[in-house]
Amino acid sequence: MKKKRSIMHSIAAAPHIFWAILFIVLPLFIVVFYAFTDESGAFTFDNLASLKNYTKLFGLSLELSVLATFVCFLVGYPLAYIIARAPAKRQKIYIMLLMLPMWTNLLIRTYSIMAILDDGGFLNQLLNTELHIIGTKGAVIFGMVYDFLPYMVLPIYTCISKIDKHMWEAASDLGCNTFQVITKVIFPLSLSGVISGITMVFVPSISTFYISQKLGGGTFELIGDTIERQFVSGALNTGAAISLVMMILILISLGIMNKFSDADEGGIIV
Amino acid sequence: MAKLIELKGISKSYDGEKVIDSMNLYIRDKEFITLLGPSGCGKTTTLRIIGGFETADEGQLYFDGVEISDVPAHKRHVNTVFQKYALFPHLNVYENIAFPLRLKKVSEEEIKTKVTEMLKMVALVGFENKSVSTLSGGQQQRVAIARALVSHPRVLLLDEPLGALDLKLRKDMQNELKTIQQAIGITFIYVTHDQEEALSMSDTIVVMADGEIQQIGTPTDIYNEPKNAFVADFIGESNIIDGIMLEDKKVKLASHVFECVDSGYEQGEPVDVVIRPEDVDVVAPEKGMLTGKVTSVTFKGVHYEIIVDIKGFKWMIQSTDYVAPEATIGVYIEPDAIHIMKKSKYSGKFGDYSSFSDEIDQLSDADAAEEF
Repeated sequence: MKKKRSIMHSIAAAPHIFWAILFIVLPLFIVVFYAFTDESGAFTFDNLASLKNYTKLFGLSLELSVLATFVCFLVGYPLAYIIARAPAKRQKIYIMLLMLPMWTNLLIRTYSIMAILDDGGFLNQLLNTELHIIGTKGAVIFGMVYDFLPYMVLPIYTCISKIDKHMWEAASDLGCNTFQVITKVIFPLSLSGVISGITMVFVPSISTFYISQKLGGGTFELIGDTIERQFVSGALNTGAAISLVMMILILISLGIMNKFSDADEGGIIV
Repeated sequence: MAKLIELKGISKSYDGEKVIDSMNLYIRDKEFITLLGPSGCGKTTTLRIIGGFETADEGQLYFDGVEISDVPAHKRHVNTVFQKYALFPHLNVYENIAFPLRLKKVSEEEIKTKVTEMLKMVALVGFENKSVSTLSGGQQQRVAIARALVSHPRVLLLDEPLGALDLKLRKDMQNELKTIQQAIGITFIYVTHDQEEALSMSDTIVVMADGEIQQIGTPTDIYNEPKNAFVADFIGESNIIDGIMLEDKKVKLASHVFECVDSGYEQGEPVDVVIRPEDVDVVAPEKGMLTGKVTSVTFKGVHYEIIVDIKGFKWMIQSTDYVAPEATIGVYIEPDAIHIMKKSKYSGKFGDYSSFSDEIDQLSDADAAEEF
């Protein structure tokens, strides 16, 4: 009986396993293979060694994506909180409004931001100014925040709306003012949502190439752009090496973050 | 004992429906008072208004002589034990109890002393570092009580705190709560739909129905001298029969004139007569004041529950002696077992056991647990 069931299980799981091997595991091996070989296919460390030329790039990418993630959190947490505390009917409308821009293609949205923020663009015409925005770090961060904000808000919103409503009452009953209710109770309880929000914004931000190309006005090259350029120009091995290192960097960042959230579950409030 | 909390003309409506209707009530210092009533009677709302989680539409709330109607919950000297405990899952047992003290920036040493003291009181020493989610319902309940009492509030509000526990544990916790209340000497305001719980723990019971107070009194008063058919029916089992007052201390019911001990009614005034099932004696038919036919007999452990049809009205009798179904029996009632009540809007709605079933009681209990 038990064996029969496990056969059924493997049959049911087979397409997914096949999919995962074909599109996740295999490509990973290909990336690793390319990263450690030269054009003739011989084993080499040269690709990885050449990465020291890209240190600054990694630094800049990290800087911009961390900043964008941070801004997303600053804007997203209060937004998620307000939505989660709104009456049930209005919550649906707010969430729809939040999702609405995502129905438009990312490229189109990014072009629109360009058109608005450009030197001779809509904003400058409106204000009758000559603000230079496109091509600054600020523009790139703005683009990232605009594009990825819903990924921050949604997990936090889900998390807060699942918290027992008596938590608010218990906290204020025991002496918390409105602000302390959030800092001492609700925020710690929504931490898992914050962690997944950060992950979901940080990962696409650090690897983006399109936003930085368009809103960076050609003055920026981020790690995503470099990878794209390597692959487009046929330098598969360098491209693979950079990709590999970036994946490892992301893994390390996520590992640190999970560690941080685990430590917080020990039960100490500061 | 001085008045500690006073409600004056408190009203509250939800979506146009009145949940509490101009309620007046005062609560004395150091007393154990219970708000008792069925689901939707407004007892929980009253508690939430005192706790500061709801604002009354009308009326004033006084605490120690000072109006606190608009004082937010976190500034009231009142703490609450919530129905589902509402412990903080991100904190362990120690930190849950220490929570209110940390907010007040109490020194670490003092926190330790006070938390340990509380843990001793609720018999949870050794549980300090446990996560609250690993605790049983009874243990969570104790943590909730300790957390609510650690900062020495003047009043503890308890919203059906034992509702989620099983029967045995509930009885133990009843005793324990009463002991704690007497030991620390503060006011407990307790909300429940369980009349037995109310009777066994309270100094004062406030019986509520339809957003109004029906009766306030000691458990004995409420049980022995219910004011109307609702109270008589809600507290314990009662046969409530239509009667006519012939003169002082004489009432006619079921075509028989009974001696009773109540007076002060007009001659010929229609009244509700309450006779508790345990006060009816089963005798031989020829010796009985009334006779009737037994329609059902249920063994309840301590006694038999006998439903008797007397002139078309079904009486409940509790007797330790067995009688056979379908038998004709006589009943004998002592004068002081008869309690006379004025007619009220609840007359005729309660106290007839013709459609009686235990399941109905249980259903209404389940509803009450969901009350908000």
